[in-house]
Amino acid sequence: MSAPRSKAWLGWLRAAAIVCVMLVFALPMVWMIAAAFKTNVQVTDPSVGLWFHPTLENIRTVLTEGPILRSMGNSLLIGVVSTVLSAVIAVPAAWAVGRFGMQRTGSLILVARIVPAISLLVPWYYLFAQLGLVGSYTVLILSHMFVSVPLILWIMISFFAGLPVELEEAARTDGLSAFGAFRRITLPLAAPGTATACLLAFVFSWNNFMFALVFADDSTQTVPVTLFQFMSYASTDWGGLMAAATLITAPVLIAALFGQKYLVAGLTSGAAKG
Amino acid sequence: MATLQLPGSTRQSTTEPGRGRPPRSFESSNRRLKWAMLTPALLFVGLMIAFPLAYTVNLSLTDAFGAVNAGSSHVGLRNFGDLLTDTRRFWPAAWRTLEFTVGAVLLETVLGLAVAMLLRKPFRGIRWVRTVLIIPLLTTPVAIGILWLLILDPTNGIANHLLSELGMPRMEFLGSVGQSLPTLMLIDVWQWTPMMALLLLAGLTTLPEEPEEAALVDGAGPWQRFRYVILPMLTPALGTALVLRAVDALKTFDLLYATKGPGGGADFEVETLNVYAYGLTFDYQEYGLAAALLVLFTLVIIGVVVALRRRATSSGRKDA
Repeated sequence: MSAPRSKAWLGWLRAAAIVCVMLVFALPMVWMIAAAFKTNVQVTDPSVGLWFHPTLENIRTVLTEGPILRSMGNSLLIGVVSTVLSAVIAVPAAWAVGRFGMQRTGSLILVARIVPAISLLVPWYYLFAQLGLVGSYTVLILSHMFVSVPLILWIMISFFAGLPVELEEAARTDGLSAFGAFRRITLPLAAPGTATACLLAFVFSWNNFMFALVFADDSTQTVPVTLFQFMSYASTDWGGLMAAATLITAPVLIAALFGQKYLVAGLTSGAAKG
Repeated sequence: MATLQLPGSTRQSTTEPGRGRPPRSFESSNRRLKWAMLTPALLFVGLMIAFPLAYTVNLSLTDAFGAVNAGSSHVGLRNFGDLLTDTRRFWPAAWRTLEFTVGAVLLETVLGLAVAMLLRKPFRGIRWVRTVLIIPLLTTPVAIGILWLLILDPTNGIANHLLSELGMPRMEFLGSVGQSLPTLMLIDVWQWTPMMALLLLAGLTTLPEEPEEAALVDGAGPWQRFRYVILPMLTPALGTALVLRAVDALKTFDLLYATKGPGGGADFEVETLNVYAYGLTFDYQEYGLAAALLVLFTLVIIGVVVALRRRATSSGRKDA
């Protein structure tokens, strides 16, 4: 008699706990977005809360008066190019690691995840200065690829491990070369995994702060650096700052809304196996 | 594609046992193919990392200062000696790094495990919860920093407003020397607990159900089932998640630099090893000293990874 009742009670408790967890993680983001549409007087008055007359003034000012549009263009260019180039070299490598049991060789590349990026900045700076490339898109694309290649490799190794070998073997029996089997059979099957890995690589490139902080000049600056500089010269313009933060978070929010299934799969791939 | 091979160079490749070995020509073309597929990625990462590491190690043994290519001379291990005896900036930064990493990662693990257990049984709306969870960890740390600066603003922030509504004392948060590091740890916990939760949730969904059902039949309560059945099985996933998170937490830079600026604040109150290394390099141009610090720091990170991995595998074996 009491068992079903306590079960229902537990269910409600669990639902309440889940709602609490969601509020904890969602409310700060909601607060940021709300502040982007407040006047500066409203932003610094906590009693205004979430009920107010929204204004587009901050967004308009940030878009027209600051360098943020150009930064978004730079980030988009660097993100897309570095992601595509990384996928071109990392996807075949992941396949080779998975199919030919080269885990040891593959894990060498993951050393790149361990080394603190700061220890690479001075040598890279020295090297790229010799080549006259500091401040160019090339340096930023190469440095962002340094993050994307291991990331895509990591995700794709476990993705390929989940694809059946039999299809490739059947294709080989039908006369395709090993490369042909990869290109005509496996690669199309790997499209969802590749898309996932690329989406994550793009997001991490979009968010990358340190490389552009050191290697970019005014014309190649990316969004996190623009936001950081905006903060240091207009620390009291909360409305403008929140508008800028919201603008550069918008692509991530859209990706999260439409691609959560893939993003979660990519973020957690390889984790369960240990 | 058949290729001629010198007898001495034929290293038999190890195919999986139980399968017939394919003809020689097949094998050698495979070997070429796998290297052709792997080489661009290996070469890229290798070139981007090998020269810098060698360069940094070399730099750490010099008194390079001012400009990287200005004349410098080898000073042996003096930089390392200078660092290890520096109780003003180096050791406090090292302890802060440890404090930040251990505190944040421990909280993230406990809370992440709790959230993962909460979300374990399927329910309607799980996709909305997952959407909410991935947003913090996919948002630029600089934006996260600014957002929390607004919320935690000592005079105008909503956090203090809520605290005083609840009759609690107002806090200085990032405005004070003492509260800055704990506050940043909590921001890190807010941003990365979802990552822990998602990693552990993925681990939980791969666990077999039989052991838990058996424990249920034997009359084990919820806590006993969690502690003696689920937790041991989850150890490998927990180990991986811990390593991933610890490596990133040790290297935290964006959030600290965006909120407190160079040096980690006026009193260096949030200056970790990574922030100190950045300051030595770009604010003081102490390239030799910075390189020595980075060599030490890299060794510490590698040590942490090895130690955590060894612990995870050995305790996994013990529990299995």
